[in-house]
Amino acid sequence: MHQTKYMNPYLAGLFLGLILLVTIFITGRGLGASGAVKSAVVATVQTVTPGHTNSAQFYKEYKEEHPGNPMKNWLVFEIIGVIIGAFISGLVSNRLNLELEHSPKSTSKARIVGALAGGALFGFGAQLGRGCTSGAALSGMAVLSTGGIITMLAIFGGAYAFAYFFRKLWI
Amino acid sequence: MGPLVPDVIGNELNFIVALFVGVAFGFILEQAGFSTSKKLVGLFYGYDFTVLRVFFTAGLVAMMGVIAFDHWGLIDMNLVYINPTFLWSALVGGMIMGLGFVVGGFCPGTSVCAAAIGKIDAMIFIVGSFFGVLIFAEGYPLFENLYKAAPWGNVRIFNSLGMSQSLFAFLLTAGALGAFWITTLIENKINGKPNPEFSSKRLYIGLTGVALIFALSAFAMPEKRQALLAEAADAAFVQNYQAESMDCDELAFSLIDKDKNLELIDLRPKKEFDSLMLPNSIHMELENLFDKSAHNLLTVKHKRYLFLGENEIDGKKGAVLARELGYNQVFYLKGGLQTFRKNILNFSAPNVPEGVKISDTDRFRSEAVVELPQLIKEYKAKMSSAGATQAKPKRVIGGC
Repeated sequence: MHQTKYMNPYLAGLFLGLILLVTIFITGRGLGASGAVKSAVVATVQTVTPGHTNSAQFYKEYKEEHPGNPMKNWLVFEIIGVIIGAFISGLVSNRLNLELEHSPKSTSKARIVGALAGGALFGFGAQLGRGCTSGAALSGMAVLSTGGIITMLAIFGGAYAFAYFFRKLWI
Repeated sequence: MGPLVPDVIGNELNFIVALFVGVAFGFILEQAGFSTSKKLVGLFYGYDFTVLRVFFTAGLVAMMGVIAFDHWGLIDMNLVYINPTFLWSALVGGMIMGLGFVVGGFCPGTSVCAAAIGKIDAMIFIVGSFFGVLIFAEGYPLFENLYKAAPWGNVRIFNSLGMSQSLFAFLLTAGALGAFWITTLIENKINGKPNPEFSSKRLYIGLTGVALIFALSAFAMPEKRQALLAEAADAAFVQNYQAESMDCDELAFSLIDKDKNLELIDLRPKKEFDSLMLPNSIHMELENLFDKSAHNLLTVKHKRYLFLGENEIDGKKGAVLARELGYNQVFYLKGGLQTFRKNILNFSAPNVPEGVKISDTDRFRSEAVVELPQLIKEYKAKMSSAGATQAKPKRVIGGC
């Protein structure tokens, strides 16, 4: 069986926008993703070295903002939903496939190193920028937050600025 | 009135909402093709602008929806999370994320989506992002200054730029439509052929039409809030407005009777309110009537609401605005607080010649003048002890 075509991007954008709008109307907040990674980091550090989370500044500030179990967090539930939703979509469109995807001109090794380094940079940047493409850029644009829009411009501007140097990874 | 959390939908149920929102979010991301890094980075090399199309369409739709909801008074924007602005961390953090994007091929949301359908590179990206966050957390003291530099607060872009929200929304919409057109030309040139998937002209015309109507209606639709405030500021309009009133003696009687179903809403400046607080009264600014907290206050069954101002017209403004916003059981005080003060609080019994019966009104007032100051004192004591703990509706904490 062949995998189905992707949805028309404008139609997908319309649906995504409506999901975001409904989310803001119901919960008063937008979508997000990197916050769930942060919850996982805090929970892990808390389990491994409980004393450390009580003394280090970052974890203290996190606790002040989010009292209680770090995994009992809106974004953690949302990300569990994303996994389920994406899996269902992959299932109905025949795209479930365990594979390491890389450009034919590049190697698996380069892809692994790139994904690991890129993930680390994105995770770090999302902490510094208070949100990622979903939480700061997209949701920030929806509520016309100045910071969100600056972050969005910086993400896309930065990506274009650096794209040339990493073209061998992709084209 | 939105947001529905926390009073219509509880904080626990909100987690279930999050799960469902996530399912929809993940499904659409995957359907749009965000589960492959090739499609995601195509934007930066000019061969596939799917990300730009989906991202900006979604942003515009949500933005227009939020503006429309705000226009129609369906959502209280004071309670919605507006990502705070810290100029330097947003710029530097954003640039680092941009670098991560072209190196790693994903962003956090899309990596989760891709990992869910089995992409190993996406799983590695997630592991990487875990370490990225960990590095930030452990090195936090080093980055704290940058992280907290130039705090502008929860500002919104149209205020930062000094233009109206509608104008900004229109310009952004026009800019995005232009970008959609140009990027399609670039894409066709780089790939050497038009993308057959995008030949559905009818859909484009439909979507563009809807977007244009929305953008134009931003100019045409009168904003409810501004229109109503203008009405309330118009003394002649307020004067002639048919609204129910209550006189000073009736108010005094209700206060002495400790009528729990009468809520007093004091519209005078806070300083004046602090110097004279009538029992069971709360302070409010006229603008607060649009808030969700006002909605919760003014829709309790069996309650009556009396708006107070120093003079009659100031109080009546509140009653008029509340009526226009659809609230019932609202009253204004005849003569305003100045009359209440003169006739009730500072009442001195007229000299009645021996043997002439004093009027019922005067008898009541001479009792009230003794009892009311006591009640006012008690209420003030109660308020000043409770004042510190009084909960104000807070903005939702969101973001990543």
